[in-house]
Amino acid sequence: MFSLGSNGGKYTKPSFVSYVNPEKGNDALQEKNPVFLPGEVVFCSASPVLKCTHDDLLEGSIMGTLFCTNFRISFVSDQVLLEDVVQPFRNRLYGENDIPLTCVDQIYGDYDEKRKLITNTQMKNKHPNGIIVHCKDLRVFQFSLKLAKEEAAKKIFQGIVRHSLEPKSLRCIFAFSYCENIAGAPETQNKPRTLMFENIVDWMEEMKRTKGNCKLLEINKDFTISQKLPQFFFIPTNVLEKDLAAYQGKGVPIWCWSHHSGCALFKTASLPLVQEESFLRAQKLYMERMLNAVAHNYLYAVKAVDLSETLPSIQDIQQSYSRFKQNFLIDNIGEFWISDMKWFSTLETTRWLSIIRQCLHKAVEVVEYLEKENTNILLIEDGGTDLSCVISSLVQLMLDPHYRTLTGFQSLVQKEWVVGGHNFLERCNHLNNKDKESPVFLLFLECVWQLLQQHSLAFQFSETYLTVLSDSISVAIFSTFIFSSPYQRVSSMKTESQTHGSLLNIPSVWDWSLQFDCKSQEFLFNPLYREKSKQEKTRNKNQRPKPIRQLSLPNATPPKKYFFKEETESLRKMLRGTRISRWMHLSDSAQASVWEFYNAWQQKPLDYHGLLLPDLDGPAIRLWMQRYLRWIPEVQIFGGGDITLVNKITSLSQELEELRMELEQQVRQADPRCKSTETVNKSTIRMSCFFPFASCRSGSFKPAIPTSHCDGEMDMGHLAEREDEDTELTDNSVIRGCAD
Amino acid sequence: MEKSGSADSLGSKRSSSRQPSVDSLTSTNTTRSDRSAHLRSAVSPDAASARTDLGAEVLKESSRIAEGELQLLPRESVQDTASDVTYICPFLGAIRGSLTVTNYRLFFKCLDKDPAFVLDLPVGVISRVEKIGAISAQGEVSFGLVCKDIRNLRFAHRYQEGSLKKSIFELVNKFAFPVSNALRMFAFEYGQPFPENGWKVYDPLAEYKRQGLPNESWRITKANEHYDVCETYPATLVVPANIPDEELKRVAAFRAKGRIPVLSWIHPETQATVTRCSQPMVGVNGKRSKEDEKHLQAIMDANAQSHKLFIFDARPPVNAAANKMKGGGFESEDAYQNAELVFLDIHNIHVMRESLRKLKEVVYPNIEESHWLSNLESTHWLEHIKLILAGALRIADKVESGKTSVVVHCSDGWDRTAQLSSLAMLMLDGFYRTLRGFQVLVEKEWLSFGHRFQLRIGHGDRNHTDADRSPVFLQFIDCVWQMTRQFPAAFEFNEFFLITILDHLYSCLFGTFLCNSEQQRLEEDLPKRTVSLWSYINSQHEEFTNPLYVDYANHVLYPVVSMRHLELWVGYYIRWNPRMRPQEPLHQHYRELLAKRAELQRKVEELQREVAGRVAVAPPEKAGSPAGSPVQTCV
Repeated sequence: MFSLGSNGGKYTKPSFVSYVNPEKGNDALQEKNPVFLPGEVVFCSASPVLKCTHDDLLEGSIMGTLFCTNFRISFVSDQVLLEDVVQPFRNRLYGENDIPLTCVDQIYGDYDEKRKLITNTQMKNKHPNGIIVHCKDLRVFQFSLKLAKEEAAKKIFQGIVRHSLEPKSLRCIFAFSYCENIAGAPETQNKPRTLMFENIVDWMEEMKRTKGNCKLLEINKDFTISQKLPQFFFIPTNVLEKDLAAYQGKGVPIWCWSHHSGCALFKTASLPLVQEESFLRAQKLYMERMLNAVAHNYLYAVKAVDLSETLPSIQDIQQSYSRFKQNFLIDNIGEFWISDMKWFSTLETTRWLSIIRQCLHKAVEVVEYLEKENTNILLIEDGGTDLSCVISSLVQLMLDPHYRTLTGFQSLVQKEWVVGGHNFLERCNHLNNKDKESPVFLLFLECVWQLLQQHSLAFQFSETYLTVLSDSISVAIFSTFIFSSPYQRVSSMKTESQTHGSLLNIPSVWDWSLQFDCKSQEFLFNPLYREKSKQEKTRNKNQRPKPIRQLSLPNATPPKKYFFKEETESLRKMLRGTRISRWMHLSDSAQASVWEFYNAWQQKPLDYHGLLLPDLDGPAIRLWMQRYLRWIPEVQIFGGGDITLVNKITSLSQELEELRMELEQQVRQADPRCKSTETVNKSTIRMSCFFPFASCRSGSFKPAIPTSHCDGEMDMGHLAEREDEDTELTDNSVIRGCAD
Repeated sequence: MEKSGSADSLGSKRSSSRQPSVDSLTSTNTTRSDRSAHLRSAVSPDAASARTDLGAEVLKESSRIAEGELQLLPRESVQDTASDVTYICPFLGAIRGSLTVTNYRLFFKCLDKDPAFVLDLPVGVISRVEKIGAISAQGEVSFGLVCKDIRNLRFAHRYQEGSLKKSIFELVNKFAFPVSNALRMFAFEYGQPFPENGWKVYDPLAEYKRQGLPNESWRITKANEHYDVCETYPATLVVPANIPDEELKRVAAFRAKGRIPVLSWIHPETQATVTRCSQPMVGVNGKRSKEDEKHLQAIMDANAQSHKLFIFDARPPVNAAANKMKGGGFESEDAYQNAELVFLDIHNIHVMRESLRKLKEVVYPNIEESHWLSNLESTHWLEHIKLILAGALRIADKVESGKTSVVVHCSDGWDRTAQLSSLAMLMLDGFYRTLRGFQVLVEKEWLSFGHRFQLRIGHGDRNHTDADRSPVFLQFIDCVWQMTRQFPAAFEFNEFFLITILDHLYSCLFGTFLCNSEQQRLEEDLPKRTVSLWSYINSQHEEFTNPLYVDYANHVLYPVVSMRHLELWVGYYIRWNPRMRPQEPLHQHYRELLAKRAELQRKVEELQREVAGRVAVAPPEKAGSPAGSPVQTCV
């Protein structure tokens, strides 16, 4: 909301001190413009445009102006909103009525009550009365163009369609205009910092941290070996340099991570398909050499895991997700309640949750090899930059607590995804060439979210962090998500800098201050995170290289004393170490093995700084409610949700901190009551369960009452017709008496 | 001492008992915790509580040995033990051990395993004992026990046909179904004294007084003192002030089972009320009753804020209409002017029973993970939960936002009506969200208003196919759990409390859920002859308390009743599956923080006292105390 000048005195805090006029007070007369970002230019605008809303407080619609710029579609309201909404969490780059162009997912046109999906070829047709915009961050906007002048309506419609749906070139991505107009952001040297893996130092540091022993290569510094590989990377010491270029870098085992036992995780792209016998033989020999080299890394044990064979394809992922997301892009409340009845089966048919489970399952499988068998792993995948990124990062997240810290996680994403060469540009479809789109990185975030919700004390970052990160993918300002490979990033930045005449730098998404002020950035941290105590640290150091999780933390949570729980309790204890392939109706031995591994792990006391495995059972894999449901008013629980838990724990922790400080100071200086006055005005406010995304409500509000349900669909058979309570027969006399 | 009056009398009745003597009823803190710990360990012998029980250092070793030993409750007696029984565990396979049957429980243990495997359940939860198949080649017979708490147990044991000794499962059959076998239920034997008498938790007059009743529009009547207006209603009723007792009887003639519209809850500010009753006896001919119409008019008039009355009929309209054939039906809007009738589409007890049966198939013993969601959906269980919650939400909304009085009924007004009125009250009134308030709610809306627990659960009754059985109360508790999920800080009690209630709904250890009505309970003299579940719970309330609770007394809770927010109660329905890790880390974490805070606060206060001499200081820190600052927890 910050960007709406019309909002007047309420949120006057300028987000970019150097570019924004505070615009205090004179909102009524002010020409209504969005607050532009550096390098942002308006393509067209139309007024008056109605924004339709389901919010009962706003009674249907707001009048305003619709803009289309090189960055976003922006709606600026004419009205000063009277509603007392508290928005503690605002994005500095775009407000609640802004849609970055790259965030547009689909546009529907409203043609005399008929809705049509707009594709870029259709735009020459008659312009619609209204447009419905579905966003990649799941927001839905409905604008009515009826009131605008014919010409303006047509122009804005065509402008929006052209800039958000038509194929464009990389250079058109807003990040380029943006970075030309901002001063090179001063390198913020926070400690601990996120490793970017763009130089040798970061790679060395990572290798040192994991105590691995691989060979660093600088040979690809100018991308002479391969444009798909990073500039710097580690390989097993036994790989010969002459082998590197044999298949343009394909087949070369790239080091990901070393287990404390010495075995390590590698990934590679599979070799190109060939028909001819001699080539095949050569390929086979080559792969054997590579596997041998990997095996040499530790104890001559190696396992090649071909992901293309066992996991869903990139297209499957895309199809599944596009079915899945459709269920959250709600623009009609009636439909919402109708779909509610079939909700579970609808979810299941999209198969999205099942794909998440498959990925987690595969990752656990790999973890087992590393942790239990101490086998070197080589992940193989066609391109080597999609599912192998998902699996390798998940494996590292499960095995290495470092990656569960905020900077650790960011370093992991840099290492495996950004520098690892995931094709963000095509997978995110920033240039509107639909065919290669697939939400692979989002799938990874989904898997991380599953781990986070199952083990909320083990992660330093919050659910909100993951949600915000998933939103940032489609903002197109960050270098992180707009390139297809490190090669493209380096080469296009070089070209840009040359034309511009000075060194340009597109900011990374990890510079969170670009999007959020200090206070909002606090929401990115998980207040439940249990930092490793110093004791534990030293203990673990001394007792390496044994697996960490067996050593620390005696069972801190004694099993709950349920009345009849002993069976379950003793079963749990007994499951330790026993082979139970009869556990579930297991289809293959790999699955049985994973179950067994998980069960054995589950019996041990949980160490949040050790190995972490996900529960893969049906009820355990859940819907990421914050991300997917946050914009739907019907499902906001005001005053409830897990956020209340989190908030209570946060405030308690803060109190503890204050008490500690007080103790240290010996004499009280700060009056603690200042604190409470700050929060007093919040006492009547009910936060949404999707806090910090949805707004809060103060005072009274109406509950969401289901408007429809199809009871015809609930087939209860003969039972439904049966007389309500058979006992009535016993009282027949009464009934007869009355009926007579 | 007044509090423990009945426990006293129970105590004197005890013949042979190794429980603390009667004089310990002059309860000091230590004896109380002793006793509660004892009960806990007796009912659920697990290592931790056994150790707290035998606090003395010397006994520590012996308690270790006693782990996995059967610890009898007062007046519990071993009936028989069979040593060569195999428990066929769906998770582990066959386990050999010994099976003991007492007049209260079935106790299986296998000491070969390490740690010892123990299966300990009250025979009350068993709904069916059946012999499976013929005697095997090894001379073994299989028995299956179908339980009311979502599990099936299978045993096999050696047994010679024609041998003089009866199979131990004959004994199970005998003690699991005392009603069918003309035995006394164990609740009448069990005489554990508790420092508090749970039978006194609910006092209707006190509860109505809390609600501000009687007032000028509503009066408390003793018309049903002898249960002759309505035998399934409580003795104390609240009715419109201008309806005299004689007229109530005429209204009763027009309502099924005589269950007239009476007040359940009144809004403290708007005076809008929740009233409950059974269906009107309209019949095919559209019969009318002047008295009933006047009665409803009086209910509407008692609320000056609104000139409308909402009648919520819990049933689907089709079923309501079908009831006309049997003399029942629903209020016509011609006869009841200013009344608006709304159907809530909640299905009958048979549909609910079937739904739970399907649910059991889906969750026990194993879950098919690839079709988990569609299988869950096909049970319709959560759909029913949704409809019940949605109905209660509409009621609460009309009362709170619409300031309109509502009348709730189904057919007889003791199943769906109880669900709806109690859930609406839970949403509207923070008192019912406390540990004690919830007990009052259950006592009031369910027990005193005649939910037929005996029939719906079939306590001690062999007839497991009885069509009167239905999980109506379980659904209510499930709905409450859904609400606690959505509002984790709004309820003083925790999940364990809800599970304990359900476990003792079936255990027949306490008298609380026995019988069908207040009248029957008095006839059976339950408050004298049995122990209340609330005695047990209130004697160790810490275990049942939600550490995150904040008193939002004035907050109406509107749960979201979309399937998007409803979920299966894994902690109850799937708790037998050892793979389900208890989800307690957050609460545990919170408790730890609370303990740390208490410690630090103490230190700070100590320091402040020191400093107080030197500097003039403000009173000790208030910002920290959880009760004093709802501010901190803005929701």
